[in-house]
Amino acid sequence: MYVAVKGGEKAIENAHAWLAEERRGDPGVAELSLAQIREQLSLAVNRVMAEGSLYDPDLAALAIKQARGDLIEAIFLIRAYRTTLPRFGNSTPVDTGGMACDRRISATFKDAPGGQVLGPTFDYTHRLLDFKLAADGAVPEAPTAAPRHEPTPHITKFLKDEGLIQDEPASDKPPGDLTREPMEFPADRPLRLQALTRGDEGFVLGMAYSTQRGYARNHAFVGELRIGTVAVEMEIPELGFTIEIGEIALTECETVNQFKGSKTEPPQFTRGYGLVFGQSERKAIAMALVDRALRWEELGEDDLGAPAQDQEFVLSHADNIQATGFLEHIKLPHYVDFQSELELVRKLRREAKERLEPREAAE
Amino acid sequence: MNEYNFAYLDEQTKRMIRRAILKGLAVPGYQVPFASREMPMPYGWGTGGVQVSAATLTPDDVFKVIDQGADDTTNAVSIRKFFEKTAGVATTEETEKATIIQTRHRIPEAPLRADQILVYQVPIPEPLRFLEPRETETRKMHSLQEYGLMHVKLYEDISQHGAISTAYAYPVRVADRYVMDPSPIPKFDNPKLEMDAIQLFGAGREQRIYAVPPHTRVVSLDFEDYPFEASKADHACDLCGAEDSYLDEVITDDAGDRMFVCSDTDYCRSRREAGHQGRLAQEDAA
Repeated sequence: MYVAVKGGEKAIENAHAWLAEERRGDPGVAELSLAQIREQLSLAVNRVMAEGSLYDPDLAALAIKQARGDLIEAIFLIRAYRTTLPRFGNSTPVDTGGMACDRRISATFKDAPGGQVLGPTFDYTHRLLDFKLAADGAVPEAPTAAPRHEPTPHITKFLKDEGLIQDEPASDKPPGDLTREPMEFPADRPLRLQALTRGDEGFVLGMAYSTQRGYARNHAFVGELRIGTVAVEMEIPELGFTIEIGEIALTECETVNQFKGSKTEPPQFTRGYGLVFGQSERKAIAMALVDRALRWEELGEDDLGAPAQDQEFVLSHADNIQATGFLEHIKLPHYVDFQSELELVRKLRREAKERLEPREAAE
Repeated sequence: MNEYNFAYLDEQTKRMIRRAILKGLAVPGYQVPFASREMPMPYGWGTGGVQVSAATLTPDDVFKVIDQGADDTTNAVSIRKFFEKTAGVATTEETEKATIIQTRHRIPEAPLRADQILVYQVPIPEPLRFLEPRETETRKMHSLQEYGLMHVKLYEDISQHGAISTAYAYPVRVADRYVMDPSPIPKFDNPKLEMDAIQLFGAGREQRIYAVPPHTRVVSLDFEDYPFEASKADHACDLCGAEDSYLDEVITDDAGDRMFVCSDTDYCRSRREAGHQGRLAQEDAA
């Protein structure tokens, strides 16, 4: 006999208790510390900070631990925490030219001032499982070089000096913030870049890849990719001057794309831009490609109808917290709606049958 | 729980949401963009409704949450607990006693009063969305009252199926102006949209709030020769015998036997307490 399903509350509590147990795993295995996650899963930490839009490696490590390694769930935890934080001001724009680079490469020049610095990259590793890591993780010390003290100039500066690359219009207008104001279309470039930098890495990667395969192709050279730390400075009104409040690690990618020109304007290279928290170079390159594709209108290109050119499509679907929430909500009960459809389908079938039957009888 | 402000959101955010609510009430059926916050529950799980409730609640309110008409569905339990914890407000399962009712997919059967507020959770606020995916286009269509496409869709339903094949989230026109999505309530509930209480609609992920003030004209779209029909299962509730309530169909055994029960659990309970009995009431008591 049907008994109304009571005790949802108890079921939820029990599910949470079981989840906590599953998260911990075998208690005979030592528990992960946040420091271990922060230090040894640092690229996961970086992704959570980038897509969570909050630069805090310790909190990101906590979120990863709590989320059992599900990075989207961890990003969600960070986002929900972030919204509760008070805003007490804006930093001044960070100067990536003054970045202390761990890695800095250019695909467009063999060498340039500041040099090609490979840094800690997977790029030329052979992807062979290292079974030694399963046993002991001791690593020999890496060789070091004297750090560079002077600023490392951007590669695009050299192109700009020669007038070979388009200039970006300077503006003192504070950029919009999609976490404070509802997104409106068309969105300007700062807002688009904000949406992309916190967008899902997989989605942005897929969109960027589609431009490489011919959906709004605009061949991109990686003019420069740099990873390192920059100072964050803030103007304190009470003091009347700017002070450094901390340091963050960033990945910046500038692409040099095919040129445009017209009868009145000589041809010039164009740019795409990516800037992401932490060491997140796949994301930064992808972001630069998508940024470039979204600029078709201002650069006087044709709308090719490609998904990566369509800002409403790209920006509305880039956020993995929105996407996963809405996708997974279909797990919630929908039986009231389903009931109404059930009755409608039954009614339509009944009527269709009535319409068909007299015809069959007449045949 | 002292780490968070009353009803979780900070006062600035609540003010921003209240402004959107007031604008919504001033322009019935118009979707007001608002800077929806990331809530500690997922998008698509009622974040819009939760933000509207948070901005509307006062410490003296009595709060009720239903999902599919029931107070004990898991997500309703979860949202109720959230406000018990963050606002410390009294909660109830009795429609009569609640001052604010947050709902997903139903309007309670008992008529609501002028001193009550009904808050809807809305997944896709744009009634034209599945006809035109672009927000830039649909906003234009609303401002020009260009609703022909919707009538064409309903007409195509009739030519294909002999009836309008929308059973829930059935579009309405509010105050003779905006076409509005009443959220995925069954069309059985549409006639109740003209009521004494304030109705607020929150769509968190889509960043929209809209409203229907009390006693506002709400018309379900239809044609003269195919008038709108509020339909429900052709049964009475097997527990309380109600013939006027929306029913859930429950499969009771492996042979596929069915029973029908009120989707509004509070309505069903209060009827049974008043002595009403349905077909299976005796069995259930046993």
